[in-house]
Amino acid sequence: MAEPTEVYTSAHVLEYPYSRSVGPVIGAFLTGLREGKIVGIRGENGRVIVPPTEYDPETGAETSGFVDVGPGGVIETWAWVEHPRDDAPRSTPFAWALVRLDGADTALLHVVDAASKDEVTTGARVTAHFLDEGERQGRIQDLCCFQLEETS
Amino acid sequence: MSDALEIQEPVTMLSTPIRLNYDFTAGVAQSRSLRGYAEGRFVGQRCPVCKKVYVPSRGSCPVDAVPTKEEVVLPNTATVTTFCVVNVPFAGQSIEIPYITASILLDGADITFMGLIQGIPADEVRMGLRVEAVWVPKEELGPTLASVKYFQPTGEPDREISTFREHL
Repeated sequence: MAEPTEVYTSAHVLEYPYSRSVGPVIGAFLTGLREGKIVGIRGENGRVIVPPTEYDPETGAETSGFVDVGPGGVIETWAWVEHPRDDAPRSTPFAWALVRLDGADTALLHVVDAASKDEVTTGARVTAHFLDEGERQGRIQDLCCFQLEETS
Repeated sequence: MSDALEIQEPVTMLSTPIRLNYDFTAGVAQSRSLRGYAEGRFVGQRCPVCKKVYVPSRGSCPVDAVPTKEEVVLPNTATVTTFCVVNVPFAGQSIEIPYITASILLDGADITFMGLIQGIPADEVRMGLRVEAVWVPKEELGPTLASVKYFQPTGEPDREISTFREHL
């Protein structure tokens, strides 16, 4: 009984196959992504909110009126991911960025594709890059990344 | 945009699976039970104070708060204390419904654990039913409770509920 006992360790996975209903506003955003465009919504004071929300985050008033925005935009702020984790959208280094799309008053968090962090700057122009039409399924991954616009 | 896309229904649902990968370390006491499964036997531990036998053991008695060191090998025979008829299909189900999940009280043990009952129609299972463990073939034994395929009736007379009431 005093003999050493091997202590067992094993890899476990806990997974839920979870679905959620998205509602009319996020639904319109996802439907737009499937069509290869980005949709915002107008808030109470005329600001365009992207991604769209059902209520104005500042006043709580109901939003109304979808607006197409982008596909170009500006990096408001960003963070470089040198060592992406397994569940990251890229296996190679990339930037998470808040991108304010042309025609929008709020920023969308998404991936900026860049070869190195030296290429990414606050204020840089980027363009949305979508999956090919047949691959888009109505989810945020349909917008696969933003790419830096060529500066000439 | 193609015509095909324009006639697609709007998006109303989103699949967002949640997944957590983690390592489970069993600890010394539970590892002894796990090693027991790999050897085709049930291994528990006895509390030195209340003498209760825990299988599997966590290494201490939750009542007396003392370490449990004495190892006890338990037999394959057991009693069904209570049970549940599973009629609901769910993702990942590997057994045909309806089937029985039962609280199994091994002879000589003082706590129950969950086990699958086979070899008897679901509507004939009852509290007090005598069962025995059926192990997987020797070459398939491993440090997991999956080494026990299921429990099946022994044919012995049922035990009176009063004899295992404290384990319900």
